[in-house]
Amino acid sequence: MTNAWTDIKNTDLVVVMGGNAAEAHPCGFKWVTEAKAHRGAKLIVVDPRYTRTASVADYYAPIRPGSDIAFLMGAIRWCMENDKVQWEYVKNFTNAALLVKDEFGWNDGLFTGYDEEKRDFDKSSWDYQIGDDGYALTDPTLQNPRCVWQLLKKHVDVYTPEFVENITGTPRDKFLTICEMIGECSAPDRTMTSMYALGWTQHSKGGQNIRGMAMLQLILGNIGVRGGGMNALRGHSNIQGLTDLGLMSNLIPGYLNIPTEKEPDWQTYMSTRDFKPLQPNQTSYWQNYSKFMVSFLKAMWGDAATAENDWAFEYLPKLDVPSYDILRMFELMDQGRVNLYFCQGFNPMLSFPHRGKITTALSKLKTLVTMDPLETETSNFWQNHGIHNDVDTASIQTQVFQLPTTCFAEDEGALVNSGRWLQWHWAGATPPGQAKHDTWIMAQIFQRVRKLYQEEGGAFPDPIVNLTWNYEDPNEPTPEELAREMNGKALSAVYDTADDTKVVAEAGKQLSGFGQLRDDGSTMAGCWIFSGSWTEEGNMMARRDNSDPDDTGMFLNWSFAWPANRRILYNRASADMQGKPWDPSRKLIEWTGEKWEGYDVPDISPTAKPSEVGPFIMNQEGVSRLFTRGMMRDGPFPTHMEPFESPMANVFNPKMRGNPVARIFESDAARLGTSDEFPFVATSYRLTEHFHYWTKHNVVNAALQPEFFVEISEELAAERGIKKGGRVRVWGKRGEVWAKAVVTKRLRPLICDGKPVHVVGIPLHWGFMGAAKKGFGPNSLTPFVGDANTDTPEFKAFLVNIEPAAEEPVA
Amino acid sequence: MNIDLSRRGFLRLAGAGVAATSLGALGFGEAEAAEAAHVRAFKLATTTETRNTCPYCSVACGIIMYSKGDVKAGEKAELLHIEGDVDHPTNRGTLCPKGAALKDFVHAPTRLTQPRVRRPGSDRFEEISWDEALDGIARAIKDDRDENFIAKNDAGVTVNRWTTAGFLAASATTNETAWLTYKTVRSMGIVGFDNQARV
Repeated sequence: MTNAWTDIKNTDLVVVMGGNAAEAHPCGFKWVTEAKAHRGAKLIVVDPRYTRTASVADYYAPIRPGSDIAFLMGAIRWCMENDKVQWEYVKNFTNAALLVKDEFGWNDGLFTGYDEEKRDFDKSSWDYQIGDDGYALTDPTLQNPRCVWQLLKKHVDVYTPEFVENITGTPRDKFLTICEMIGECSAPDRTMTSMYALGWTQHSKGGQNIRGMAMLQLILGNIGVRGGGMNALRGHSNIQGLTDLGLMSNLIPGYLNIPTEKEPDWQTYMSTRDFKPLQPNQTSYWQNYSKFMVSFLKAMWGDAATAENDWAFEYLPKLDVPSYDILRMFELMDQGRVNLYFCQGFNPMLSFPHRGKITTALSKLKTLVTMDPLETETSNFWQNHGIHNDVDTASIQTQVFQLPTTCFAEDEGALVNSGRWLQWHWAGATPPGQAKHDTWIMAQIFQRVRKLYQEEGGAFPDPIVNLTWNYEDPNEPTPEELAREMNGKALSAVYDTADDTKVVAEAGKQLSGFGQLRDDGSTMAGCWIFSGSWTEEGNMMARRDNSDPDDTGMFLNWSFAWPANRRILYNRASADMQGKPWDPSRKLIEWTGEKWEGYDVPDISPTAKPSEVGPFIMNQEGVSRLFTRGMMRDGPFPTHMEPFESPMANVFNPKMRGNPVARIFESDAARLGTSDEFPFVATSYRLTEHFHYWTKHNVVNAALQPEFFVEISEELAAERGIKKGGRVRVWGKRGEVWAKAVVTKRLRPLICDGKPVHVVGIPLHWGFMGAAKKGFGPNSLTPFVGDANTDTPEFKAFLVNIEPAAEEPVA
Repeated sequence: MNIDLSRRGFLRLAGAGVAATSLGALGFGEAEAAEAAHVRAFKLATTTETRNTCPYCSVACGIIMYSKGDVKAGEKAELLHIEGDVDHPTNRGTLCPKGAALKDFVHAPTRLTQPRVRRPGSDRFEEISWDEALDGIARAIKDDRDENFIAKNDAGVTVNRWTTAGFLAASATTNETAWLTYKTVRSMGIVGFDNQARV
C-alpha cells in the first residue's frame, strides 16, 4: 500500500476492483465503512461476482474475469476526453511531457520489437528522446505528438465504451456511470483510493492491471495524497516483510537484485546502476544503491567482505534465467532436476497451480523438509486419500522430514502489515510438545552444515564458513539480535557526507536511518529500508503511542513504517508547485518557505524547493511514469490481452494467445484448454470465514463454511440441468473436482462479443488434512502459467466444463 | 508486553466492592461475607496479558492473548483466550470471523509436536529426535550441494549457484525469522527461493 489502512477514512471514493476486501480483509474494510459513514464517501465494486464487498457498495458492475485492462484503459480514455484530469499534477508530477523515441509504436496488439520466437520484445525503442545534455527532451505544452500524453491519448483511443462493453461484458451504462464517479476525483479537493489484491495480480498480465489503475490515479492526481493511493491489500500477515527482505529468487533485501551471469563482477553489476537523473535537479535516490548493497554484503560476510575482494560479491549466486520462481522450480522438479526442497510454513500442494503436476514433481524429490505448526497436504502428499489424493504411496520414494514449529502465540518479533508498518509482537504461550521456533531450526540447520564444511571441506565453502554469525547463543539468535542486524550499525566511525570531520555515528552504534549508510565498509545493514527500526533509542517497532493529532490517520508514534517512518509514499505530491496542499482540509505536508513539514515524514529532502525537485524521488525522472519505458516486459502502456484460457480470441490479434511474452513451458502449453471443450470461465476466491488452507484446522471456521462448493448462475444451472445443492463435476484440461453446486443470483452471464459468458466461482480452503470435511481446491484445475513480469500464476481466469454428478455415497 | 493489573482484574475487584458495600448498607453483615465468598473469581483475572498481532491477513489487527503462566518469567504458559486489542489504531478491538477463532488454531488437534520422518515408499510417519532429523537434513544439504553446486557456467564465468535444492519461505513468520532464513539460504547459493508473494 502507498497509504495505510487508517488513511482510508480520508477518501471520497473507494474503488474495489481486483479484490474483495470485506471478505478477505474485514477489519481493514471497516475504514471504508468509516469513510462512508463520516465523510459520505462512495464505494464502487467491479467484480465478476456480486461479493460481500459489492453488497455494501454504492455502485456495482460485473466484469468478465481477465478483462480489467480494457475497463481501465476505457476509463482513462473517458477522463481524457471529458477533461477529467488534474492538469497541474499531470503536467508537473508525471512524465506526460517527456518525448518518446520516434521508433516506438503499437500495432496488432503488440508494441514495437516483438520477437515471436523468443516470446520477448526488443525494448530499445520504448524510451525517451535524450538531448545532448543527457536529459530527456520534453514539451511542457503536451502538444508534441511524441510526448507521453499524446502517445497515451492515441493508445487508449480504441477503448471506447462500446469496445469496453464488448470485451468486458460490463454494460455500457454501468461503465459510464463509474467513469463519471471516478472523473469527479480529478478535482484537487477530491480523492479516490484503489483497493486491490490477488484479483488483479493472479493473471498472466497482472502487473499491467495494476499499472492501468496507477496511471488512472496519476491522471486524477490521487497518488501521495490522504485518502488516495494504490493500495495492494497483501494476503499473508508478513508477505510484505518477506518481500521487503527479498526472500525471492532474484532479490536482495530492500529491493536490490541478485546479479545475473551477465554481471559476474562488482564493476559490471554497478555499471548499470548509476541511476543518473533524467531531468535537472532530480533526487534519483537509487543513486545510493552502492551504499545499500555494500552495507548488505557487510551484514552477510562481515570482515570477509572487503574493498579488495569487492565486498565478497563473488559469494552471491549469479542467475542464468530471470528467476527461479515457483513455476520454474516445480517444472525442474517434474523433470527430475531438483533433489531437495524445503517448505517453511508453506503448502504448495494446494497453493500452486496444476495440482497433478505438483504431486508428480514432489514424488521425484529425494528429500522434502516441511516446517509448519500444522499438518499440511504437502507434508502428507504421499498418503492416499481416495479421490481427494489418489496416489500410489509405495511407489513414492521421497523421504519427508516433518519439523514442528511454533506459531504466532509462541513467537516474538515483527511483521510488516500491508501499510508497511513493522509491528512488534510478544510471545504469550509455551510451544506444544517439541515444537521449536523457526529461528532455532534455521540456526540448527546452518550450524550443522557449517560444521560439515569445516570438517570435510567441499564445494565452495567460503560463503558458508564466513557467514556472520556473532550471536550470543549461536544455536538460537534472539529476535532482538536479528532486528538490530537488519537495522544496521556503524562498524567504524561514520562521517557526515558534507563535513568529513563530523562523526554522525560512532563505531558499534546502531544507525538512526539509511541516510547514514556508506559504501566504504564503515556500515552494515541487512535491509536498508528497515533502517531506523531499531536505533540507539531502542525498538521503534514496539512503540504503542496511538495518539493521532488532528485525526489524520497517520499514527506516527505507533510502531515504525518503512521507509523512514513515512506513512504515505510520495507525500510531497499532496502539495502543489508552491508547496501548498491541493486540499487544505487534507493537508499532509507543506512548504514553509524553508522546509517541508506536516503530519507525515516528508518523502523528499526536507529542504528541497517545491519548484525544483520532483516528488517521485526514487525515479530518475523525478516524476511518476504514465509510460514505463522498458521496465515491464509486456509494454510501456497496458494493452488488452486475453487470459491463456479464454472464451474469446484477442480482438487486436486473433493469433495471440494470452500474454505474448509470458513464459510457458512446453508441457504446460500442451495442457491449455480451449472454449470448444471447456466453455465456461472459472475464477478462484476466498470466503470471510477462511484463511487459505490454514483455518480448516479450526473447528469453528471449518463449521462456519463446512463444505467445498462451486458457485454458478441460475442460467448456467438451467442450461446444464444442475440442481441447487446438487453434486457436480467440474473439469478442465488438467484435472477434475467434485463439489456441491451453489446456484445464485450473485453470478450472471455476461454478454461479450454478442455471446453469453458463464462464470464458475471456485472458493479455496479445502484439502485432505485438518478438521474440515475433505474437498478440493481451484488449483486442481488452474493453468501452469504466470504473469510476464512476476510469474504470479493465472488463478483468476481459466476454462472449465461442468455437469451434474452422482450424489456421494452416504458413509 | 505484560500489564501489571489487567483491565479484567480491575473490573472484578471493582464489582466485588460494589456488591459488598450495598449489602452492608442494608444491614446484612454476614450475608455480605457469604456473598463475597461465593463470587467466582473472574476467569481471566489471574492471567498474563500479552500483545500480539493476528497472523492471518495483512491488516495485522492487534490482539491481546490471555495465558495461565508467564512466558517472560520463564513459566509454562497456556493460552486461554484471545480478543481484539482496543488500543490498536487499525482494528480498535474488533476481529473478523478468522481472528475471533484464533485460539483454536493454537490448540488445533492437528498441531505438530514431534519431529517425524516418512521413509521412501513407507505409508507412515515415524517419530524421530531433533538431532536425527537435523543431522539427516544437514547431510542431505551437504551431499547434494557438493555434488551439484555450479561454480562456473559453460563459458567459464563464476556463477556459484545451487539449483537442485529450493526453499519456500513462510510469509507468516517474523522479519527476524525471514532474515535468518535469508542468510542461511543465500550463503549456500540456493536460487530456487520464494515466498507466498505470488499465491
